[in-house]
Amino acid sequence: MTIDWKGYELNDTFDELMSNAGNARAPARRLVSYLGSLTDEAIEARRKMAEVTIQQMGITFTVYTGEGNIDRAWPFDIIPRTISAKQWETTAAGLKQRLRALNMFIDDLYHKQQVVKDGILPAHILKESVNFRPECVGVNPPFGVWAHICGTDLVRDKDGQFYVLEDNLRVPSGVAYMLENRAITKRVLPELFEKDFILPIDEYPSRLFDTLAALSPRKVKRPSIVVLTPGIFNSAYFEHAFLAQRMGVELVEGRDLMVADDNCVYMKTISGPERVDVIYRRIDDLFLDPEVFRKDSTLGVPGLMRAWKAGKVGLANAPGAGVADDKVVYAYVPQIIKYYLDEDPIIPNVETFLCEDEKQREYVLANLDKLVVKPANESGGYGMLVGPHATKKEREAFVGLINANPRNYIAQPTLALSTAPTLVDGGKLEPRHLDLRPFILQAKDTYVTTGGLTRVAMRKGSLVVNSSQGGGSKDTWIVDTEARS
Amino acid sequence: MMLSTVAERIYWTARYLERVENTARLVNVYANLLFDLPRAVDISWYSLVELNSGVTYFEERYKNKDERNVIKFVLADLTNPGSMMSSLHQVRENIRTSRDVVPIETWELVNELKMFAEESIQSGINRGQRHEFLDSIIKGVQQINGLLGSTMSQDAAWQFLRVGRNLERADMTTRILDAGAAFLLNVEDDDTANLAQIVWGNVLSSVSAYVPYRRTMRAAVKGGEVAEFLLEDKYFPRTVRFCLDHMEDAVGEIPNSAAVQKSIRSVSKKAFDQVDYDKLDQHFRDYLNDLQLDIASLHTAIVEHWFSMD
Repeated sequence: MTIDWKGYELNDTFDELMSNAGNARAPARRLVSYLGSLTDEAIEARRKMAEVTIQQMGITFTVYTGEGNIDRAWPFDIIPRTISAKQWETTAAGLKQRLRALNMFIDDLYHKQQVVKDGILPAHILKESVNFRPECVGVNPPFGVWAHICGTDLVRDKDGQFYVLEDNLRVPSGVAYMLENRAITKRVLPELFEKDFILPIDEYPSRLFDTLAALSPRKVKRPSIVVLTPGIFNSAYFEHAFLAQRMGVELVEGRDLMVADDNCVYMKTISGPERVDVIYRRIDDLFLDPEVFRKDSTLGVPGLMRAWKAGKVGLANAPGAGVADDKVVYAYVPQIIKYYLDEDPIIPNVETFLCEDEKQREYVLANLDKLVVKPANESGGYGMLVGPHATKKEREAFVGLINANPRNYIAQPTLALSTAPTLVDGGKLEPRHLDLRPFILQAKDTYVTTGGLTRVAMRKGSLVVNSSQGGGSKDTWIVDTEARS
Repeated sequence: MMLSTVAERIYWTARYLERVENTARLVNVYANLLFDLPRAVDISWYSLVELNSGVTYFEERYKNKDERNVIKFVLADLTNPGSMMSSLHQVRENIRTSRDVVPIETWELVNELKMFAEESIQSGINRGQRHEFLDSIIKGVQQINGLLGSTMSQDAAWQFLRVGRNLERADMTTRILDAGAAFLLNVEDDDTANLAQIVWGNVLSSVSAYVPYRRTMRAAVKGGEVAEFLLEDKYFPRTVRFCLDHMEDAVGEIPNSAAVQKSIRSVSKKAFDQVDYDKLDQHFRDYLNDLQLDIASLHTAIVEHWFSMD
C-alpha cells in the first residue's frame, strides 16, 4: 500500500501541500510524488527512524505538571510543510517592516511618547500596560533597538493569506527546534534534499551572534557574549544550551555573573572575574535584577539594570521591550507601522476586538461561540477560550472574567487555520491545523529566518498548536520552484 | 576562559564517566571469576557492595545479600547514587548542562549509551548475557573518550576532564586491588596458590592490564607483583602512579594552580611508602583504604580551589 493522495480529505481550509485531492501545490510537487512512491512500511520505518533520532539527539522540552516537570521527547511529524520562495520573499519583507516599526514604537514609548501625544495609541493603554517598565524611561540602547530577537506567529486563513497572530518580543523560543527539525528531516528524507531546491536555514546561529556582537559596548574584536538561562528546569533550557553551543559562547546562570563597583558585568571563571559585553538573556524582565525588580529572584543578577543603563553591557532583548508584546497593543500595530514608516502593512493583522471598548465588548459577549478569547499578557496558549470548541460552562466563566477585567482580554474570529498532511495513528495522512513562527533579528541589520518553526495541532480539528498543550511540529521548507534543475 | 560552574561539571562528567566504566569492570572481575573458579568455592558477592562503599544504602533496601540483589544494587538501582545507572544519569545531566564546551557528538553518544543501558539492563542482571552487556557498556564509554580525545580542544575544559578521569581511575584501581585481596581473604580453599593465580589474573584482565603486566614485570601472575604493577608502574594508564602523574600534569595546564599541584605532589611522594607487597593481608587492605582517603583529599582541594568562588 502507498499513500492515497486522491483520498486525502481536504477540509474547508487552505492546505499547504495540496490544492485539491490528488493535486499538489507547486512547491510540494516533488515531495508529494516522492511520498506517494513509498510503501506504508517504508513510511512507518521513516517515522520510527525520526523517533529514534530525536532520542539520540536528546531533543526534549519540559512540561510543567502538577507532579513536577517532565522532560519529554520533541513531538515531530515527518511530513514537511512547504512554502514557495517567492511567497516567502514578500512575507519576510513584511516581518522586517513590522519589527522595524515596533522598535521605533518601543523607543518612542521610553522617550517622548509622541505616538500617544499624536493620538495613535490611547494613553490609558500605555498606563495600564503590565509590560511597560518605568525603570527604562530615557535609556538609549544601541541603534534605538529594543527587541533584537522577535518570534512572530503567522497563520494562514482560508484565502491562503498570511496574517500576524501575535508578536513575541520578550523571550521568544522555538528557534532551536526549527534547526533540529531540519537536522532530523535530513536524516529521515535525505533523497529529497538532493532533488529539491530547499533553501538552507542553518545560518541562524551566526546571524544571532552577529546581532548580539553589534550590541557590545566595547569595540573589541571578540566581544564576550553569554546566554543567560534561568536553568535546567526552564521549559526552553534545551534551546538555551543549543544556542550557546552553536554560537560558541558561554551558557551562564545568574549565579555565574556579578556586577562590580565599576558597573561592569563579570563572570566567575577559574582564572577569576572576566568582563561580559553582551547578555542574551532568556529570563523574564521581572527576574533580571533583584535590586530593581522582584526582590526574591534568585535567577537574575543584582545590579544588572545599573550596568545596562550605564551602557556597560548589552542586553537582548532590552528590558521593557515587552511593552509592544501585548495583545491589546497588537490591535494597533497596523496604525503603528503607518505612523512610523508611512507604509501600509505588508502582512495584515487578524481582526481583533478589544474588550475594553464597550461596543466591541458587547459584540464579543454576544458571539463567544464564534470567537477565540485571549488574555492580553499570557503566552504558551494558557488561559484561552476557543469559543466553538468550548462548553457552555466554559463560555459563561469567560463572561465573568471579561466583565471583571475588560482591558485584559481581546477576541478574534476563529480562523480556519491552514492545514497540512500529517501522519496520524494507523499510518494514514490527515489534514491537521498549523501555524508558523519565523524569527526576526534586528540590531544594525535586520534578518528573517528562511521559514520558521511550524507548529501543528496533532489532535483532529484542534486549533491549539502549543507544545505545552499537545502540539507537535514539522520541518518547514522554503522551496525555490524557479531554480533550474 | 572557563566558568567555574562549567569546570566543575566537566570534572564530574569525567569522574562519572570513569565510574560507569569502572563499575562495569569491577562487576566483570566477579563475573569472570565465576567461570574460572572451582565449583566448591563460594563467591561473596556482597564484597562488591562493600567495595563501593554502599553498605548503608544496601541494607536499607534489601534483605538478602545474594548475587541478584547485589548486581541489581550495583548496576541498576537508581536509588543507589553509586550504581552504574546512577552514574550514567549523572554523566548525562552534567553533559546536558555543559554541552557548549564538549564536541557536539558527545551529547548524542551519551544519549545512545544511556538508551542502550536502559534497554538492556536486564541482561546485565541475569547471568547469561552479563559479560556481553558489561563489555558493551565499557566500549560505549571508550567510544565517548575516543571522541573527546580526538575532537575536543585541549583547553582548560580538557584539563579538568583529565583531572577528573585520573582521580576517579586512581581511586577505582585501589578498589579493584582491594576486591582481589578481599576475595582471597574471605575464601577457604585447599589449593590457595592456584586460586590466587586465577583471582589476580582476573584482577589484571579487569583493567585490561594482563599483557602490559606480563611484558613489564616478566613474571608469573603473583599477588605482590600485580599489586606493585597496578600501584607503581609509570607507563600503564590505569595505575595509581600514572594517574597521579597525569593529574599533576593536567593541573599544571590550568590557570592559577600552584596550590593544588603542591597537594598532588605531596600525596604522590609518599603514596607507596607504607605498602608491603609480601603479604596482601588486612594491613594491605588498610593501606589501600588510606590511599583512597589521600585521593579524596585531592578532590577536596580541587573543589575548594576552583569551583567554590563565593
